[in-house]
Amino acid sequence: MKTFALAGNPNCGKTTLFNALTGATAHVGNWPGVTVDKREGVYKGGNENVNIVDLPGIYSLSPYTPEEVISRNYILDEHPYGIINIVDATNLERNLYLTTQLLEMDVPVIVALNMMDEVEKSGDKIEVKSLENALGVPVVEISALKSKGIKQLMDRAVAMSAERKGTTVLKGVLEKQLETACAFYQSEEIKSPLFHAVKLLENDELELERKGAKQAFEKAVAGKDLEAVIADERYKYISSNLAHVKVKKAGKGVLTKSDRIDRVLTHRIWAIPIFIVILFCIFHITFSEDFLYVGAWAGLGGGLPALDDLGLSEGLAAFVGIFYDGAVFSPGVILFNVFDTVFGLITDGVGGAIHTEWLSGLVSDGILGGLFAVLGFLPQILLLFLFFSILEDTGYMARIAFVLDRIFRRFGLSGRAFMPMIMGFGCSVPAMINTRTLADEKERTATVRVIPFFSCGAKLPILVAIAGGIVTYFGVSNADLITYGMYILGVCAAVVCVLLMRNTTLKGETPPFIMELPAYHWPSFKNLMLHLWDKTKHFVKKAFTIIFVSTVIIWLFSHLSWNWRYLPDEQMQDSILASVGMFVQPVFTPLGFGSQLGKFGWVFAVAALTGLIAKENVVATFGTLGACLISMGAAITGSADEILADEEGITAAIAMIEATGISIPALIAFIAFNMTTIPCFAACATAKAELPKGKFKWTVLFWLLSSYIICAAVYTIGYRWWTLFIWLAVVAVITTFIALRNLGKFDIISIFKRNKKGEE
Amino acid sequence: MNKLLSDFNAGERGIIAAVRGEGKIRRRLFDMGVTPGAEIIMRKRAPLGDPIEITIRGYELTLRKAEAACVEVEI
Repeated sequence: MKTFALAGNPNCGKTTLFNALTGATAHVGNWPGVTVDKREGVYKGGNENVNIVDLPGIYSLSPYTPEEVISRNYILDEHPYGIINIVDATNLERNLYLTTQLLEMDVPVIVALNMMDEVEKSGDKIEVKSLENALGVPVVEISALKSKGIKQLMDRAVAMSAERKGTTVLKGVLEKQLETACAFYQSEEIKSPLFHAVKLLENDELELERKGAKQAFEKAVAGKDLEAVIADERYKYISSNLAHVKVKKAGKGVLTKSDRIDRVLTHRIWAIPIFIVILFCIFHITFSEDFLYVGAWAGLGGGLPALDDLGLSEGLAAFVGIFYDGAVFSPGVILFNVFDTVFGLITDGVGGAIHTEWLSGLVSDGILGGLFAVLGFLPQILLLFLFFSILEDTGYMARIAFVLDRIFRRFGLSGRAFMPMIMGFGCSVPAMINTRTLADEKERTATVRVIPFFSCGAKLPILVAIAGGIVTYFGVSNADLITYGMYILGVCAAVVCVLLMRNTTLKGETPPFIMELPAYHWPSFKNLMLHLWDKTKHFVKKAFTIIFVSTVIIWLFSHLSWNWRYLPDEQMQDSILASVGMFVQPVFTPLGFGSQLGKFGWVFAVAALTGLIAKENVVATFGTLGACLISMGAAITGSADEILADEEGITAAIAMIEATGISIPALIAFIAFNMTTIPCFAACATAKAELPKGKFKWTVLFWLLSSYIICAAVYTIGYRWWTLFIWLAVVAVITTFIALRNLGKFDIISIFKRNKKGEE
Repeated sequence: MNKLLSDFNAGERGIIAAVRGEGKIRRRLFDMGVTPGAEIIMRKRAPLGDPIEITIRGYELTLRKAEAACVEVEI
C-alpha cells in the first residue's frame, strides 16, 4: 500500500482533510520518543487503498519545534511514497514558504489548494495552471470542509511517478554554495542531498551535528550569513513568480469579519472580563449543581424543595435525583449522575448475584467501584474537552494567549500555559493533555507538574466534608473561607513551584512568543466529534489497564490481613493497608496528622493512600473507617448507619475528629496534603504519557516533597503562629541563594570541588 | 527613517529593513515571514501592553516587544 504524508501549516484545514480522507479508519499512535500524536488512516475512495500519515502542523522544516523535527525526520527517514502538501489558498504567501522547502526533498509532492471557495467568495482568483507550472508539481483545488475535489486529488497523487529529484528556488543566487554543499552530501551518499545542502547553508543545528558537516559548512558559506538570504529569497520567489497567480480584487483597509470579532474579544478593557465570563460559563455548564442559579434565585423567595421533601416514590426519586435536588443540575452534572446511576445499578446487580462475600466485595467494591470511580468522570472530562476544543478550533485560544502572555512571562512561561492550568480546576487529565500546545519542553514539564495544584472537581468533596466537619464540631463559622483559602493556597503553590523550577532544575530562557493569530472560523462538527472520540478511546483504554490493576491491588490490601484472610469492611484495621497506614503514620507527624493522634490516627494515612486511586476515595474511606472505628470502641457520637447515610461525609469527618482528637490546623494540613500531593491514578498515567522520558519519577518525587513542605508549613503556622517568621526566613534564604547562584556570584559546585581538591 | 518595530504605535506601517537577534528567534521570525522587504502593519497592543499584533504577508502574527525589538523597519 502506498503511503502519503499530509503536510501543511497549522490552521490550514489539514485535520479536516485528514478526517475527510480517512474517516473511521483513523487511529492515533505515538511518534517514537515524543508525545506528539501520530495519526494514521486509510483512504478507500480510489482504485487502490492508500495509507495516510498526518504530519503535525508546521510552518517550516527548521528544527524550531518538536513538530518540525518529527515531520522532517519522517519524510527523510521513513520514505513515504509522496507528500500531500495542503495549502491555505487565502494565505498563499506564507503557506508556500513550506512548499518551497518540501520541494527540495527527493520525494514526489502534490499541492492541495484548500479553501478555494473562500477565495472565490471574496472575489479573488488563483490561476491553478500557472501555479502548477511555477512549482513544477501537480496542484489540485479542494475544499476539505465540503469534501470537494478529494477524489481528483487522490487520483492524481496515486498517479505520480515514484521518482522525483528535489528542486530549489535558490538556484539563481546561491548556485556555487549549493554545489559545494551538495557535493559533500553526495560523497556521503545521503538521500535528498539538495534539501540537506540548503539546510546546511542555513546554519541548521541538526545538519551541523553530522560528521564532517562543519567543514563543509565553512567551505560553502565562507563566513557569510546566508540564513537571512535564503528566507528572503524564498519569499521573493513566491511573491515575484506567484504574484500573477493571485488576482487581487478586494480593496485594502476593509475590516474583515475576523477583525470585527477581534475588536471586541481583544479589546483593551473588555478582553479580560469577557474571557472570565466565557471561562465561568464553561465551568458552570460542566460542574455546577445549581444551573443558571435557579435554586439560588428561588431561595430569595420560598426556595425550591429538597429532593427528600418532594414525597416521591423511591424509584421516581432516584430518577428525579439525576436532574434536581433543591436546584437544577447543569448538563455536566446530569451526565455524571446518569453514569453514576447506571454504574450503581450494575454494581449492585453484579454484587447481589455473587453470593460469596469476599468475591462480591472484590468485584463490586474493588473492581467495578474503582473502574466506575474513574469512568464516572468521563462525561465531565469530555464536556470540558469539547468546550476547550471549540475555543481552540475557533481561534479564540490563541487570543487568550495573546491577552495573558504578559502575566505569564513573569513566571518564565508563555500565555499558552494558562489554558491547561485553568483546565486543572476541572480535571487534571484533559489539562495535562492540553499542555501539548506548549512548544518548549521545559515549560511543558513545569506546567504538567503544577496542574494538580489547581484543585480539581474530585478534590472538592474532601473540602466539603472536612470543612463541614470543622464547622459543626469546633463551631467555627468560616467553611467558605477554608474552601477559598485552599484554592488560593493551591494557586500560590503553583506559582512558587513554577518560579522555583524555572530558576533551578528547569532553567531556561523564557520561550519566545511568536505565534500566528488565525482568522476566526466556526469549528467543524465532524472534527470536534472525531477529536472527542479519540480522547474517549484513550481514556477508556487507560481506565481498563493501569487504573484497573491499581484499584484491585489497593482493594486487596485493604481487605486482606497479612495471613491472606478476607476481612469485611468493619475489620479494616487488621488489613495490610491499615498496617501500612500505621507504619507510615509517624511520617505525617510534622504535618499534624501523624503519631500525635494516637491509636486511631492511622485512618488519615489510610485515607490519603486510597486517595491515590481517585480523590473521592478519601471521603469514602472515612465512611468505611468510621464504622470500623466504632467497632473498635472509639468515642464517636454518630452511629455507623448515620455515618454511611451522610453523603457529604461530614458525619464521617466528625467521627474521625472525635476518635483522634485532631486539631484544626492539622485538619487543614490534611486537606492541603490531599490537594497538592500525587494526584489520582488517571492523572498520574496521563502525566507519565505526556512528560518527556525519565521525567515522571522526578515529578512524583516533586509532588511528594512539595506537598509535604506546604503542609508542614500550614500545620506549624496554624499551630504556633510565630513559626511563620521561620518559614519566611527559610524562603528568603533559599531565594537569595538561587538568585545569587543564577547571577553567577555563588557557585556551590565549584566551592565543593575546591574543598575536595584541598582535602586531596 | 528606520525605527524598531517595538516602538510602533497601532496603525503605523512600514517595510522591514533588517532582522537581528539571536539564532533561534531570528530563525523563527524568518520562518513566519518576517524578512527584509516585507510590508508590516502594527495592529494593536495586547490589553496589558505586551505582546503586539502585526499584519504581515496577509495574516496576523503576535510577538513580544522583546522580539519586536529585533526587527528594524523603514517608514
